[in-house]
Amino acid sequence: MLLMVDHVTRYVYDRPVRRVVQSHRLTPSRFDGQKTLDWTITVTDGVAGGSFRDGAGDLLQGWTVPGPVSEIEVRVTGRVETRDLVGVLRGHRELVMPDCYLNDTPSTRADMAIIALADLATGAANPLSSAHILSDAVAEAIAYRPGATKAQTTAAEALALGEGVCQDHAHVLIAAARHIGLPARYVSGYLLVTDENSEAAHAWAELHVAGLGWVGFDPANACCPDDRYIRLGSGLDAQDAAPIRGVSRGVGQESLDVKVAVLSEQQ
Amino acid sequence: MTAHFNEMYQNGAVRAPYARLEGWTKAMPAELRHLKQAEAEALFRRIGITFAVYGEGGDPDRLIPFDMFPRVFTAQEWARLERGIKQRARALNAFLVDVYGRGEIVRSGRIPARLVYQNDAYEKAVVGFVPPKGVYSHIVGIDLVRTGPEDFFVLEDNCRTPSGVSYMLENREIMMRMFPDLFRENRIEPVDRYPEILRRTLASVAPQKCRHDPVVVILTPGHFNSAYYEHSFLADMMGVELVEGQDLFVQGEYVYMRTTEGPKRVDVIYRRIDDAFIDPLCFRPDSMLGIPGLMDVYRSGGVSICSAPGAGVADDKAVYTYVPEMIRFYLGEEPLLMNVPTWKCAEADDLAYVLDKLGDLVVKEVHGSGGYGMLIGPTSSAAEIETFRGRILADPGNYIAQPTLALSTTPTFVEQGIAPRHVDLRPYCLVGERIELVPGGLTRVALKEGSLVVNSSQGGGVKDTWVLAE
Repeated sequence: MLLMVDHVTRYVYDRPVRRVVQSHRLTPSRFDGQKTLDWTITVTDGVAGGSFRDGAGDLLQGWTVPGPVSEIEVRVTGRVETRDLVGVLRGHRELVMPDCYLNDTPSTRADMAIIALADLATGAANPLSSAHILSDAVAEAIAYRPGATKAQTTAAEALALGEGVCQDHAHVLIAAARHIGLPARYVSGYLLVTDENSEAAHAWAELHVAGLGWVGFDPANACCPDDRYIRLGSGLDAQDAAPIRGVSRGVGQESLDVKVAVLSEQQ
Repeated sequence: MTAHFNEMYQNGAVRAPYARLEGWTKAMPAELRHLKQAEAEALFRRIGITFAVYGEGGDPDRLIPFDMFPRVFTAQEWARLERGIKQRARALNAFLVDVYGRGEIVRSGRIPARLVYQNDAYEKAVVGFVPPKGVYSHIVGIDLVRTGPEDFFVLEDNCRTPSGVSYMLENREIMMRMFPDLFRENRIEPVDRYPEILRRTLASVAPQKCRHDPVVVILTPGHFNSAYYEHSFLADMMGVELVEGQDLFVQGEYVYMRTTEGPKRVDVIYRRIDDAFIDPLCFRPDSMLGIPGLMDVYRSGGVSICSAPGAGVADDKAVYTYVPEMIRFYLGEEPLLMNVPTWKCAEADDLAYVLDKLGDLVVKEVHGSGGYGMLIGPTSSAAEIETFRGRILADPGNYIAQPTLALSTTPTFVEQGIAPRHVDLRPYCLVGERIELVPGGLTRVALKEGSLVVNSSQGGGVKDTWVLAE
């Protein structure tokens, strides 16, 4: 499928700020499931820093805006041709060892409830079926409800609440998978959505299954990523995989507005 | 009571390196000694060399006790140590390049994957990035103890930012001022080239993009840090700027320092700040000490960071047990310096042995430093041992245990005169384009009779360390 992305993040400051520094993980991954036809990132008054591909295969790019500025717009536009690989991240070059993704973080720490959920996979025939069992269980346990959780909500808190968004689904699945010894990571990207309640800026999880490699699971949509998905990058949790991380100097209060449109184009 | 090797007296005779020191002490009556000791203390106070002690309360700017009785090595003894230390520094750096690359040593089964990839000090963010000259650890502090004329053991490696080198330099400076005659009578190798070699080492790992004489800075967390004196001292001695996070900023592909003449590009940062705090955009987002965007500049080759982020995985106390294996694997050589036999509580057999022999062993936290969080079995009460047993059982993987070594002693000035006290040694190996070691190091001395804990944070003192010229 040919997907077209228009992703605008607008930062508005009530007082001008200086020295805005950002680190972007905003370029589609290179693997057999997607091919980037064109891709442009612009930052208002931004100075591009060096870019590089990290050990996890993500393209990182630093940006600085000397300022003073009251508003910054980060705009990402491009076209990606995608293929359905039923979630398997085939042909992705990376150096980080899967074992690194067994380490937990404050937002993906397993509590008793997550351990109980992870125990559902006991007795599964193989790691792949364990992964499916966990993903289904997370989809079941957490209802999609925007606004129920915050960016800082942990996996344990989201599961206790029983509601959340894609970030919470992914965090709980990651925590449960790591608990049973499956390396798991957070993936950020885009999703072609048809109903207007869903978000085009999306996140899911990848679990490492011996023999298959990394396989994506999207408990929020109870499926594995297919050709409606564009993968940007990964990390131990949402913060580590964030498409944009940034800071500024100044006392201005920041307000954020994000608009993402993903459209498909018949070929 | 184990027999401890006395570095000055053996079978009632004075060992060669100390030959000229016996006359020196005999010719020094108690009054003169007290006078000199007071003079030394006044000098240390005047230059402001103090060491804040964590968690002990009291005066944070308290002086680290200085003992005037030097510790002496012969040229032959040192030559052997030097080879062993350099060998170790090479292997540790080869290990770091490997585990952030293909991880051959793990693939070959010589070290468990868990120990490397699930180590808190392993930084996923730098996988695949090879720092200039393939050096991760530019200043390797290797803690050594001696148990006999020919027997040295490595207690631990410090690959991140080992402190204490300012004491090595100041101890020498003060000894030369107080006892100039001693330095005429003995041919002692100088250590004062250290700052110049350090500067050269740091400049030699400037990033490829740097086409000019590299600008080197020392990045300190600030004056509240216990080693702040050392940071400013080294900046002074090297003639480089001492900066805090707020003095540096990222713009485009480079890092700049604010100066009165406007921004100045920085090429090499000798940082005395932990990985977790150096860049809120890559590591801890709440860090106020670091420089936002630094890691992106670093990984795209715009600046060098010494030690390289991620270097800590090589000096973890559990990884330590594999250093002899690293030397064989990367260098194809046999280790010249021995490791202390170590039991890993993460392993069931070792754990059982350790719990059985707690009273005889030294137990340490894998990530602990500064002499905190450790148990010294032979000098602990039954209650202390039981408390510690609970801590080990709660998290076995966090502990390793070693036998209590019969540390050597050197003569030390005490209240009653001169008495043997236990010592260790930390030399500072510099790794850049070349590997260099100044002949000397920091000798720490346990001032309490019978004590084996030399950490300055636990009331240890320091001595000048001499290497005699051939």
